[in-house]
Formats: sequence, C-alpha cells, structure tokens
Amino acid sequence: MAQITGGLTTSHIPAIGGAVPREDALRSDPYWKPFFDGYEKAREWLHAQNPDVAVVIYNDHGLNFFLDKLPTFAIGAAFEYRHDDEGWGIPTIPPFHGDPELSWHIINSVSAEDFDLTTCQEMKVDHGFTVPMSLFWKGNTYWDVKTIPVCINTVQHPLPSPARCYKLGQAIGRAIESYPKDLKVVVLGTGGMSHQLDGERAGFINKKFDQWCIEKIVDDPEALAAISMHDLVKEAGAQGAELILWLTMRGALSTKVKKIHSNYHVAISNTATGLVVLENVA
Amino acid sequence: MSYAKLRGEPIPGTYIFDGEAAMKGYALNKMCYSFNSAANREEFLKDEDAYCHKFGLTDEQRQAIRDKNVLGCLRAGGNIYYLAKFTGIFRLSVQDLGAQQTGRTVDEFKAFIKSQA
Repeated sequence: MAQITGGLTTSHIPAIGGAVPREDALRSDPYWKPFFDGYEKAREWLHAQNPDVAVVIYNDHGLNFFLDKLPTFAIGAAFEYRHDDEGWGIPTIPPFHGDPELSWHIINSVSAEDFDLTTCQEMKVDHGFTVPMSLFWKGNTYWDVKTIPVCINTVQHPLPSPARCYKLGQAIGRAIESYPKDLKVVVLGTGGMSHQLDGERAGFINKKFDQWCIEKIVDDPEALAAISMHDLVKEAGAQGAELILWLTMRGALSTKVKKIHSNYHVAISNTATGLVVLENVA
Repeated sequence: MSYAKLRGEPIPGTYIFDGEAAMKGYALNKMCYSFNSAANREEFLKDEDAYCHKFGLTDEQRQAIRDKNVLGCLRAGGNIYYLAKFTGIFRLSVQDLGAQQTGRTVDEFKAFIKSQA
C-alpha cells in the first residue's frame, strides 16, 4: 500500500526562484543566509525518505487559471507538468513527471467523500509549485519523483475556508493510503507566511501569528482550521491566506506527527518565510 | 476605498477581490493575464493605446494603467496577481509596488518590512 511518510511546508516567494540557482554563493549573503540555512535539514530528511511521489498543494497566481474559469479545488492528472513564463522574469525550470493513475485514484476517492475536484489533463504549474520543488530538490534533481499538483483558489473570494481545506487534506490522506501500490509519498503545502502585496496595508507582517501557526500546525491543526477566512486575512495579510495550503497538507498527515525541523525568517521580499518538516507517526 | 465584504469588521487598507471586484476588473485583469506571453508584452509596449483598446478597458482602468498606479488599478477591479504581470513589464518588484501604495520610498518600505522582524 502507498504510505505517506510526512509533509513539508515552505514559502514560495518568486524572488527565491531567482535566488535558488545562486544558492551556494548567496549562503554568505546576510540577506539570504538565514533563509537558505533552514533548508539543509529539510533536504536531509527528504533524501532519507527517498519518496516516489510528491503531492504538492499550492495556489496558481494567474499562469494556468484565469477568472474565465476559476476552480476552487483542481488536481493535475497528466503525465507531465510544465512551468512557463509568468511575465515578470522568474527562470523557468525543467518539467515534472506526473502519476495520472494515482491522480485518478485520489479524484475518485475524494469524490466519494463529496469533494469534487476539477480534473486537469493539461496544467501549467507556476512558482507556487516550482519554487518549493527547486528548494527541496536542490539543483532541480526531482527527475525520479512523480508529482501530483493540487491547486487551491486563493485569487478570488470566496476562498475555501481553513476548515474545508483541512477536511480536503484528510480526504486526500485517506485516498493516498488506500492506493494499492507500494509507494512512499510526501505531501507539500506551499505558500505563506504573513504577507500583503496590495493596498495601503502592503508590507504587513505578523510574526506573533506566524509563530503561533508554526506551533499549532504540529499538534493542534484544529485550532488553525477553526479560524475564519476573515480573521486569517486580518491576521496574516491578504496573501497570507495561503495558510490554507499548509492546512490542507497537514490534514493529509497522521493525527500525531513528529516535528523534524522548522525555520522562520522575516523577511524575503515582502513575505515572512516559514518552513516546517513533519514526519508521520504510525 | 473598497473594503472587505467578508463577514467581520472591514480590514483597513485591504482590498478583498470578490465577485464584485472580479466583474468590475475583468477587462483589466484579462489584459494583465495576457502578459504571461512575451509577444503580448511586446505588442503592449509597441502601442499601449491600441492594446488597451483591444481589451476594452474602462476610462478608469486606462488611466490607472497609463499612470502605473497600483491603488488606482485595485480600485478599478484589478487583482494583484495579474497586475504583477503588468508591472513586471517595467521590472517593478513587489517592493516597488509596496512603496508606491504606502507612500514610502523603496528603502523606507524595506526598512518597514524589516522593522516587523
């Protein structure tokens, strides 16, 4: 049977996409050092897991989806996913392998639990997906891992509530663990932490709230799931609503998890960065 | 200024991109979404008026684009993720946008971010 071995969260700020190819040089740069230093332990853990599949919970920022057809929850069911020009200069990176058979298993399984996903046989993945993959698989060495993109709307309100996302994550977790093939699976939840790009409140960061989230995501995700979207936007900033992606990831893990590592840094670009590595406890 | 219609008190300085904004800003956002393509970015730079006309921007949207005025674009229904593809044409970063929206210099804006560490 397929087994979820753990989950990772990381911010996916576009500036990181530009910095990743120069990571070794930037490790001595005081701006980047506190950020990149956090990833050593995460990569060590991930490489020891040697996962076959990464399910990546992320949000599209207007590369694949537009407002003409904007799904709340979408999933890739393709053999390959490609990054593309996002319009403002992030370097594009090599394609990702998919696992459409597992995608359809997840689609069918969560549908039986009343989660109706938009299924995508063609899907471009943007920095919400690619930056974390580049960070965790240094040098874009992700060729032997298959990926399943799960895209959640954070563009247009109403966004799905934290509680709904947590439940979707739980359904995805049950789906994966009922898959008959012996696969090791990790789940990534990308985005966050507090940030706001637009409006007179641009630049807002809430360290206290972020640190509370990093604590709660480990042992008390229900506390995060209980937050309303209004309070999330208020506490984490307009784009800090991406916490719902972390929460979806957490839902897919076991009730009890072991925290392997976490890192928090203010800030890269306009965003407080957070990294959490959680291992499933059988 | 338009405020949150999420349930709860309005969040000052925060534009909630909901159905109303999405309808108001559709032409503007559609144009900005087109800037994923380098060919479209070039076409815009070659003849800004013609390109805006093609997408049917309102006068308010046209003026905000002409002025590269982010708050103006937001008030005209723009969504920041699509707008970033417009401002990216001019190599403006989200920190440049933050500075413009908050009336700070870019250095002041960066210092403000850091002050919250």
